Amino acid sequence: MRAEDDGATGEPLLRTLAPEVLAIVARRFGDFARAEDAVQEALIAAAIQWPERGRPDAPRAWLVRVASRRMMDAIRADAARQRREVAVAPTEAWTVDEPSHDDPLLLLFMCCHPALTRPSAIALTLRAVGGLTTAEIAHAFLVPESTMAQRISRAKATIAKEGARFEMPDLDARAARLATVLNVLYLIFNEGYVSSQGASLQRADLSREAIRAMRQVARALPEDPEVAGLLALMLLTDARRVARTGPSGELVPLDQQDRSRWDRRSIQEGIRILTEALGRGAVGSYQVQAAIAAVHSEALDFEDTDWPQILALYGLLAHMSDNPMVTLNRAVALAMVRGAEAGLALLESLDEDPRVREHHRLAAVRGHLLERAGRHAEAIAQYRLAAERTASQVEQEYLVLQAGRLRAREEDPNEG
Amino acid sequence: MKFMMMMHTPRGNGEYSVLDWPPGDFQAHVDFMRRFAAELHEAGELVGAEGLAPPGQARLVRAKGDGEPEITDGPFAEGKEFLAGYWIVDVESPRRAHELAARASMAPGPGGTPLRIPIEVREVMSAPPSND
Repeated sequence: MRAEDDGATGEPLLRTLAPEVLAIVARRFGDFARAEDAVQEALIAAAIQWPERGRPDAPRAWLVRVASRRMMDAIRADAARQRREVAVAPTEAWTVDEPSHDDPLLLLFMCCHPALTRPSAIALTLRAVGGLTTAEIAHAFLVPESTMAQRISRAKATIAKEGARFEMPDLDARAARLATVLNVLYLIFNEGYVSSQGASLQRADLSREAIRAMRQVARALPEDPEVAGLLALMLLTDARRVARTGPSGELVPLDQQDRSRWDRRSIQEGIRILTEALGRGAVGSYQVQAAIAAVHSEALDFEDTDWPQILALYGLLAHMSDNPMVTLNRAVALAMVRGAEAGLALLESLDEDPRVREHHRLAAVRGHLLERAGRHAEAIAQYRLAAERTASQVEQEYLVLQAGRLRAREEDPNEG
Repeated sequence: MKFMMMMHTPRGNGEYSVLDWPPGDFQAHVDFMRRFAAELHEAGELVGAEGLAPPGQARLVRAKGDGEPEITDGPFAEGKEFLAGYWIVDVESPRRAHELAARASMAPGPGGTPLRIPIEVREVMSAPPSND
């Protein structure tokens, strides 16, 4: 399949070219939403024609030319509908623009426009930057294709209505816009990482997509420590993927994972990127989270982990943002350093917090710490509470098993 | 033809309350359900399947006069059973749907004894003929 494979990157050629072509066409016509449609049509044409007639010598130029023709057709059709003349770009042979260094970033700024909801930004990013088809994205999110198509076209209509231009945001706006891009890529990564049964394969692809896009951002902004921090966090987390799921799809928590199955190459790359980033100063929350993941990745097992350092890092994270999930994790680290009762005391501070008071994770962590403290009856009650509250099937199964295992041990202390 | 197979389970702490099962028996039940879904998928009969979150999180919504939602928190005492999950299957005949429902009904419970869960089987209505 010469038409599909690209020896240089190992990625399918069309998917590599898709965002480059989109950037060129969007810049040329100044209309991102319509350019996105035109490029999709050009990609479909290529997928049909190239295997039959052979790949053109200049595939990118071919795609730009076909997409540009579609753009002009669409513009003319609109003009005809509105019964008025508009100036349309000349039709002579196009000179082919080269992709610019900023293109991947420009596309991400567009797809993660602040006027979009997060689900819309995620879908648009996967299509425009990832080069995935609407069907593939729908499959990954377990929704019908028509639902996803609607979401994408609504997103593009919003961008068109905002009059967003295909250019770098102002310097004042750039930091906030970049933060949104990183958040969207982080959400895509997590969607893939927190895989649910039956769909685990497709969802793993989402993590790969997020890492791929994140590498592009890192190439465009090599000096930004938070960009490097998020890429490192993804690599270090993704390294545990295989060990995180058992043979029949069940959840395996960190303390029970077979660490020989962790991907050492991914860990080494993550640590290298993080170390360089930390040297640049201005430590942000992605770097701290990556540092926590790095400490875990260096430990032989759960007990061997450098818990005092993890506790310090969670303390740092707590200073950066008021997030109850950070407190939950800090309570686990505190329990490992100063005993389960200390961790439980910290959890009490969350009982009044409406953001987390009824969250299943609070009950699950409390169950875990109560179990460590030897308070088994209370631990069982908390595991059960968490099982009733979670909407994740794998998590529910895990929690039911925790409660059952502990109860069996209570009834027959010689077992398990 | 398409059928929806709905698994209704009684409330309360009876034999269906997985929280009280020995862990090995619960694991066997989960494995059975996974295998059942995988087999349906491989046979090309599975259209979709979902498990629903526990009924404690259910909300009853009806429109107020002005069309705004009026929301009542669950659980709803009046119901003796709740919908735990469903499958939609595409099969050759009602008989095949009944066979599949009977298999699901045999999911193992405590001690590995088949639960014989009641499964409601309803045909999914097809779209009206197109005039295009």
